[in-house]
Parts: sequence; structure tokens; C-alpha cells
Amino acid sequence: MKKRSVRSILLGVMVLTVSIALCACGGDKNAETETDNTSQEQDADAVAEETEGQAEAAGEPTQGGSVVVGKTQDLVSLDPHAVTDAGTRDVVFNLYEGLVKATPDGELKPAVASDYTISEDAKVYTFTLRDGITFHDGSAVTVDDIKYSLERFAEEQSDSSAFSIVEDVVIADDKTVEVHLSEGNSEFLPELTCGIIPASNEDVTGNPIGTGPFKFVSYAPGENLVMERYDGYWGEKAYLDQVTFKFVADVETAFMELQAGTLDILNYLTADQVSTLGDDFTIVNGSMNLVHAMYLNNDYEPLSNVKVRQALCYAVDRQSINDFLFGGASRLIGTHMIPSLTKYYNEETENLYEYNPEKAKELLAEAGYPDGFELSIMVPSAYSQHVSTAEIIAENLKAVGIDAKLELVEWSTWLSECYQGRKYQATVVGVDGKLSPSDWFAKYVSTDAKNFMNYKSEEFDKLFNEAYATVDADKKAELYKEAEMVLAQDAVNVFIEDPADFVAVNSKLAGYQFYPIAAQDMSTVYYAEQQ
Amino acid sequence: MRKMKKKNWNLIIGCILGGSMLLLAIVGQFWTPYDPTQMNAVLKNQAPTLAHIMGTDNFGRDIFSRIMSGAWTTCFVAICTVLIGAAAGTVVGAVTGYFGGVVDHVVMRINDVLLSFPSVLLALVLVSLLGPGKNNIILALGILFIPSFARIVRSEFIRIRQMDFVWSARIMGAGSFRIMFVHILPNTLVSMLTAAAIGFNNAVLAEASMSYLGLGVQPPETSLGRMLFEAQTYLFNAPWYALFPGLTIVCIVLGFSLISEGLRAMGD
Amino acid sequence: MKYIGKRFITLIITLLCISAITFAAFSVIPGNASITKLGTDATPEQIAALEKELGLDQPVTTRYFNWLKDALRGDFGDSYQYDNTTVTSLLASRLPVTVLLAVMAFLLIILVSIPLGILSARFSGKLPDTLINVITQITMAIPPFFLGILLTYIFGLVLKWFQPGQFISPKESFWGCVRYLIFPAVAVALPKIAMVIKFLRNSVLGQMGQDYVRTAYSRGNTKSSVLYRHVLKNAFIPVITFMALIIAEILAGSIIVEQVFSVPGVGRLLITAISSRDYPVVQAIVTYVTALVVTINFLVDVLYQVIDPRIRTAG
Repeated sequence: MKKRSVRSILLGVMVLTVSIALCACGGDKNAETETDNTSQEQDADAVAEETEGQAEAAGEPTQGGSVVVGKTQDLVSLDPHAVTDAGTRDVVFNLYEGLVKATPDGELKPAVASDYTISEDAKVYTFTLRDGITFHDGSAVTVDDIKYSLERFAEEQSDSSAFSIVEDVVIADDKTVEVHLSEGNSEFLPELTCGIIPASNEDVTGNPIGTGPFKFVSYAPGENLVMERYDGYWGEKAYLDQVTFKFVADVETAFMELQAGTLDILNYLTADQVSTLGDDFTIVNGSMNLVHAMYLNNDYEPLSNVKVRQALCYAVDRQSINDFLFGGASRLIGTHMIPSLTKYYNEETENLYEYNPEKAKELLAEAGYPDGFELSIMVPSAYSQHVSTAEIIAENLKAVGIDAKLELVEWSTWLSECYQGRKYQATVVGVDGKLSPSDWFAKYVSTDAKNFMNYKSEEFDKLFNEAYATVDADKKAELYKEAEMVLAQDAVNVFIEDPADFVAVNSKLAGYQFYPIAAQDMSTVYYAEQQ
Repeated sequence: MRKMKKKNWNLIIGCILGGSMLLLAIVGQFWTPYDPTQMNAVLKNQAPTLAHIMGTDNFGRDIFSRIMSGAWTTCFVAICTVLIGAAAGTVVGAVTGYFGGVVDHVVMRINDVLLSFPSVLLALVLVSLLGPGKNNIILALGILFIPSFARIVRSEFIRIRQMDFVWSARIMGAGSFRIMFVHILPNTLVSMLTAAAIGFNNAVLAEASMSYLGLGVQPPETSLGRMLFEAQTYLFNAPWYALFPGLTIVCIVLGFSLISEGLRAMGD
Repeated sequence: MKYIGKRFITLIITLLCISAITFAAFSVIPGNASITKLGTDATPEQIAALEKELGLDQPVTTRYFNWLKDALRGDFGDSYQYDNTTVTSLLASRLPVTVLLAVMAFLLIILVSIPLGILSARFSGKLPDTLINVITQITMAIPPFFLGILLTYIFGLVLKWFQPGQFISPKESFWGCVRYLIFPAVAVALPKIAMVIKFLRNSVLGQMGQDYVRTAYSRGNTKSSVLYRHVLKNAFIPVITFMALIIAEILAGSIIVEQVFSVPGVGRLLITAISSRDYPVVQAIVTYVTALVVTINFLVDVLYQVIDPRIRTAG
């Protein structure tokens, strides 16, 4: 009796299995073109074409409508002067503006100020207040508000930040503000993107007021943030009436919501996810503005040996990481700079180390490790992209005799052990930066507090200091490029890529723009007129 | 008499199912159809075919080979856990059961509290403390398994210590230690085996849960729970990726729970 | 009365121990709320300043006693990870969801397992019993989260009976929320249903062998009337204790299942609180759950005595 019923259950399971397999076949058709390298590249091309195609096909912008943008991390704080993460800056970009603000091509344009001048020695920055500019509550922006905001920001940023060189904020007249620095700094302008807020507002986080194209409506932690168009905006007014940033627990859930149609915009999709989305969404392809790399502890033996580090660079197949995770759409890099900051990016570093396991083995033998060694790679477990990358790296390293193991840790453990404590061997993460080039490189200076790689190079320090002090823009860029080459030749880290950022946008929408900093600008997004 | 002749189906099916799963795991240590960590971009997320009978995962790795190596990890963790729990639990249970008294009372109270507490919550706290990883999971789960073994051993000791043969041993001058471990302990074998089979199951499920929460085994090593964790992202694209490791867990657990049923029937 | 008093003291001691252990455990784990919240851009001074603001610079014992003092007054403090949010208000928004899930799972367990358990005992050794036995064996072997994944796939992605991840808050629509929670509740309940069926069956069969049952038979009662009039009453007593254990298991199961179905309940809050080192939240949840479990055990003990006063001597 029992035997028979077991059999019938097994049969049931088999039927289930078959039906699932059938469904799977149905679902697999979309992914068919994804099965080899070349077609993946075609996919990426197709994606690019689609984007361009959208720009042409998109109808005239229409006014009005509302969109829901998915975010997988809650906000850290709505205070524009608090230390926050990229996800938060993405959102508040729409609410606040500084004296100047970033443009999609990485330049700075006047915002709260209508004009500015920088003194010869780069010690005094003078700003003219824009005529008629108002806060979201309708009150006019005054020079006192500017002084208040800059001083508040300086206080929040504390002593060792870039803002610590601000000596004084001087109100010259009711239209002019001067920022005095204790030392000349030609790269200080990007710091002045910090939000200008009214001095009269006592509840900065609970009732955020700024001058941006959207004004705050409501915020429910863990649920959503709602903002609506600010009709008194000084510049080009937004198209949309209302934007909701919805906080979803994790990436998978967010993707399911996107498919269900409850989200209109979602960024950071994987190549696999992109391949399953239908016609309801346009994929806009940008980059995450991160230096994605296997960062190495240069103090840790055997990684302290430059030949070992170079061997790692030869051993890691960066193209396969790009193919597996981003369908080949990322830009491979060879140094600590993102290609979108074109002015400072040194392209020559890209092809310094081509994938070559044989060469890696030779270098290891020269360095005295012919049989390889054990390596522990610490990875923040919440970021599947980093975990997958580390898995591929471990497999690559196995081929040259290095026994790599992953150590998955929580983000807080990573911050305290790896980033602050520097107790690690290697780690896979993405590092972001600001518009000022020094922000990207300063962490490689021997004595810098954020030099978690423990990198020490007199040559680099000298080049960096020289570049930092240079006022002439072209000369500065040249010196930084040289410094980048030093980092690449020293193989400080195994630099991989600036990851592609696939953003799914409801196909009725158009105008989504990428910035080289963390910003999801909703003011340019609009519903296209249906043809 | 007729009852004796009736075959112990539970035990037979259990041994076949559990045994073949263990065999799969052990064979996986020496031979797998493909290298379980070999990545292949061409074979990404392929549905089951003749060459890859359970399909391939997001890195183009053969899922069947990975299940073989993952099943070993899972079983290894479960066996170590049960050994730790059983060894420590036996000592606690034997001492409290044999001597009784205040110590017994206090220890059993603590035991009751621990047993009534959600085990996942305790495991979460312990693993957060020790940090993730295979050895830490074994240690954390092993500690959590002590109370249940202690309870079983204790009740067996209370039952057996009053039996005649224990009296005779004591009259013949055997010491407490000798009576406990030479005379009483062997008599608890059947109930210990039953408890071990159940414990093994609970350990398999607990390992899977912990790995599913990302706290268990660390890649490149894999376990069945870790595979399920990784598979969830691809539920839509590659459902077989989640299905097969899940079914393997079901087979292992079913096998061992049938074995424990069968053993219990034998004991009666 | 003395017995109840004694159990009450045990309850208090348990709560103290568990909260102290959690507190100690979480002060050893690397990383704290300040480092986590400020991220990679922070300077050491900023981290130190926030640590000071949150009181993290004080020794563990001081912090524990401060926490205890406030907790006794019902004040669990502010969350570290969310600005301007008290732990109590966070729990107040998450707890109803988990309680709803647990109640639904519990009702499912009772509604399904009691009739089936009795059926199984009534026809022990016959076809219904064997069938039920095989099914319970298999359901007990399925890990809850795998069951959750299967349910999501079959009913969510293929049949589209529910929208995975599209949780409806009970404030928005109570019945919408209940509808969403049906599948999570099934995933939590199914393995426990099997356990209760088995337990009830064995308990009933154990009673069937007792002397009073033989007496009842000898008086000419039929099998059904013996079962329903005499046996069930006695067989249910151990089942009640077992149910108390099941409640703890339901809570544990829902931690994982909430993760699979993205249900914003206490379990999910706990996981995020642990990873962002939001100790006040972790501490409050652990204390709540312990209090709940211990209280239920305590109530069951008391209930037990009402049913069967003989147990008092055993305590």
C-alpha cells in the first residue's frame, strides 16, 4: 500500500518538474540570444541603438503626469549637509541645489549663484546671487541663507574634509558672497554644490526646503518619498507633476515590481534581467561611475611585492567578468579613474595588462611564489555584483595556482574591518568619487586617512601634490594622467571596470539622463506624446 | 509473530533514499561529471539537457556536479553538528539523569527555555557573534543541538538507572563513572540513533536556512542552502537552478526521517 | 499560587539573561551603527562624534543598564538606522504584519491538522492513515524557504495568483493583506501541520490502549463514541503543550519566510537591523519574542493545571 502511494507521489513530483521545465522553455526564448560572447556584444549594441532610437522616436514632451522610481536602499538622511550614500544623493539631487550644480557631462553650471569668479591664486571664490530665486516655501534666497548653509556644511563635514580649508564666508553686499580659503585650491568649486537651505528652517530633515526643480511632499521611512514639481523654479521647469521614490526591500523584489508595472524607473539592472524585460520598458545604458576593482592590501605579504600584484592583474580575466555580469557593456579600466571624467581620464592605462595566465605564472615564479599562495578575498555579501565578481576572480586565480577563498561579510563588518581597520588581504568593491579629480586620487597618498590599500609611493605623492597645487587646467590634467599611469604600473589594485548601469524606463517616458556623480535627475524626464 | 514478519518499509525506503544521497555526496568528493567550479560563458543558465542533466547556473557551471559537491558540504556540516550536540548532550544528560538533584533541576530549566526558543533566532545571534563560515556554522548549530540530546539521554538514564542490572553492577562495586558509560550508555543506543537521525535532519534544514540567509558556507565552496540562495535571483530565467538543490534537500531529509521512524518501530 | 509565583520568577530571569546575552553578543561583533551609517565618506572625527551622540562610546555594562532602566519603563529608545524614529513606532508598524501571518498560519495548522490527525488515528493502519502518513513525511522534509520559493514560482510567476513582492499593507486594505499572506502562511504552516498530525495521532493511539478505554468498550460503546466522548479530551492535553512549542516555531519560520516573500514584518526588520547594527531594534525584537515565547509557555502551564490539577505536584 505504502509503496504504491510513494510511487504516485513521485509521479506527481515528476509531473510538476515537467510542467516547470515546460514553462522554463517558454521563458527561455528571450534569453536565447544571450548564450555566447559575440551575441552578447551584439546585445549591448542593440541596447545602445535602442537608446538612440528612443531619442528619435520619442514624441514631443508633454507636461504633467507622475512616475514611481524604485530604490533598493532607504535614505540615510534628508539633510543635504549630512554624510550620506550615493542612493540618497540620487534622490536629494532633485530637492537641493548649491551655488553651482553638476551637468550630465561632468561640468559645473551656476545654480543659486548666477555667476562666479575665482581669484588668480584660487583663494577667493566670489559668487553673485541669482535674481529672483526662491525657496520651495516661496521666500527669496538671501546672501545670509548662503552664508548660513556654507557654515553649517563646514561644521557637519568636520576637520579633515575638503571643506576644512574654508576660512571665512564674507557677505560683500546683498548680492555677493565671497568664500575665502586658507590655501589656494583650484578644485574647490565642486565642493560648492552643497545644498543652499533657508536659515529660518528649524526642521531640516522633517521638512526639507531647497531650491531644486522638485519640492518635498512626504517621506515614510522604508516606504517612499514623494516630491512634486516646484513651479517657482528659476530654471527650466520640470515636466512631471509628481515623482515618488519607492523603497523596495531588495533587488529581486524591485525587479518583480518593475515587471508588474508598479515601478516606472529602476536602475542597476543586471544583463540577465535586461534580457527578460519586454517592450514595456526602454533600457537606457549608462555607467555606475564606480571604480570596480579587487583592492589589495599593499602591506600584506605577498601582495606587497609589485610582481605578485602584476601577476594578479594578468591572471584576472576582466573581459569575462564584464561578459558574465554586464553582457559586455561595461568599460574596462586600468587605473583609478572613471572614463566619464574625460578630461582627467588616461586611456593608455586600459591595455597595460591583457589577460595572460602564462605571464602571470612567470611573474609569480620570479617573485618567488612558483606554487602560488592562499588569498582571502573579503566581499560585502549584500552586493551580489561584487560576490559574483569575486567568484570569477577566484576561479581565474585557481588557474595560476593561487588558492583564493571568499569571505562574505556584512557591510558594517566590511566598513570596520576592511575600510577602517585595514585588516584584510584583498577585497572586491566599487569606489565612487566626486567631480573634483583630487577626490579620486587623494586616497592613494601615503598618509591619507582613506588609503585603505596601504599604498606608498613617493613618485605618486609627488605627482599628486604637484597636480593638486596647479591652477592651470590643462597642466593639472596632464599631471593627474601621469599619476594614474603610476598607479597602473604599480598594479596597486586589480582594476576591472566602470560597471554598466542598465536603467529600465517605462517606454512611454523619455529624457532620462546620466550624470558622472550620484544623481537621478527627474526634471528632464517627460511623457512623450503618443504617435 | 506475524507482526515481526511485516517488513519495516520505513527503514528500507529510508535507507535507500538517505543512503543513495550520502553515496552521491561521497562520490562527489572523488568524481563529478564536470568540474563544479568550472565557469563557461557559452553555457549560461541552460535548461537541463542530456549533457547537463540538471542544467547549468548563471556562471555556466554544471548544476548536477555542484549538487554532488554541495550535498557533501551540507552532510558534513550536519554530521559534525550532530556529533558535537550528541557528545556534549550525552555528558550533560548522563550526569543530570544519573545524579539528579539541584544541578539536574537548574540545568533542565535552562534546557527547557532553550528548547522553547525559536532555534533560527538563536542561530542568527550565535552566527552574528562568530561570523559566517562553515566552521562557525558547525559550532553554532552544535551548541544549539545540545539541549535536545541532553533531554533524551537524561530521560533514558532515569529509566535505566532503576533497572535490575544496574543494581547488580552497583552491588558488585562498579563506580558511578563505569555504570554510567559502560552499563547504561550502550542501552540508550536505539533512542540515540533515532535522535541522531532526527538531529541530522534538523541540522540539514538549519544549515540550509543559515546559508539561505547568506550566513553559512562561503563560496567558492558550495552547499545546498547556498545554491538555493544563489538560485533565487534566477527563479524566472532558470527555475531548475532552485528546483534541483531543493529536491536534493527534500530527499536527504525524507530519507533520514524515514530511517528514524523505522528505528523507532524497531525499538518498540 | 506558589507554583505560579515560582514560574513567574523564572520568566523574569529568562528575560534578563536573554537580553543580557544579546547585548553582550552584539557589542563584540565588528562594526557599529555609527560606522555603518556614515559609510565610506566619513572622517574618523565624524564617526567618533556620532558614536558619542548614540552613546556607543560608553562601556557595555553602562549601556546595558541604561537600556534596562528605559526598557522597564516601556521605552526602547530610538532606532539608529532611521532618523527621528522610535523603536516602538517601528515595531508598531511591523508587528501587526507578523502577528497576522502567525495567526493565519496557526489557524491553518489547527483547521487542517486536527481533523486529519483524528482521521489518521481513527483509521490507524488503514488506507487514510497510510496516505496521510506518507504526505506528512514528505511535507516535513521540505525546508520552509524552499516551499516558499516553490509557491512563489508556481502561484506567483506561472499562475499569477498573487504578485510576488507586491505586499499590501494592512492599513491600506486588510483583506488585500490577508490575501497576500495566504501563501507565506501556507509555507510557514505546512511542515508544522505534518508535525501536529503525527503528534495528535500518536497521542490518541496512546490513549486508546488505556484501561478506561477498555472499560468504555466493555460497556458496549462503539469505536467512534469512545473516541469522541472519552479519548479526545485526554489526548488533547499533551497536544496543547506541543502547540505552545509550535508557536515559537511559527515565529522562527516566519523570519525566513518573510525574507522569501518580502513581507515587511518583524523578521525582516530583525535581519536589516542586525546588518546595520541597529542594536536598539535588535534588542527590542529579541526581548519581545522571548517574552512572548516564555509567556505562552507560562500560560500553557497554568492552563494545564486548570485542566489537570495533579501536575502541580510535579512542578
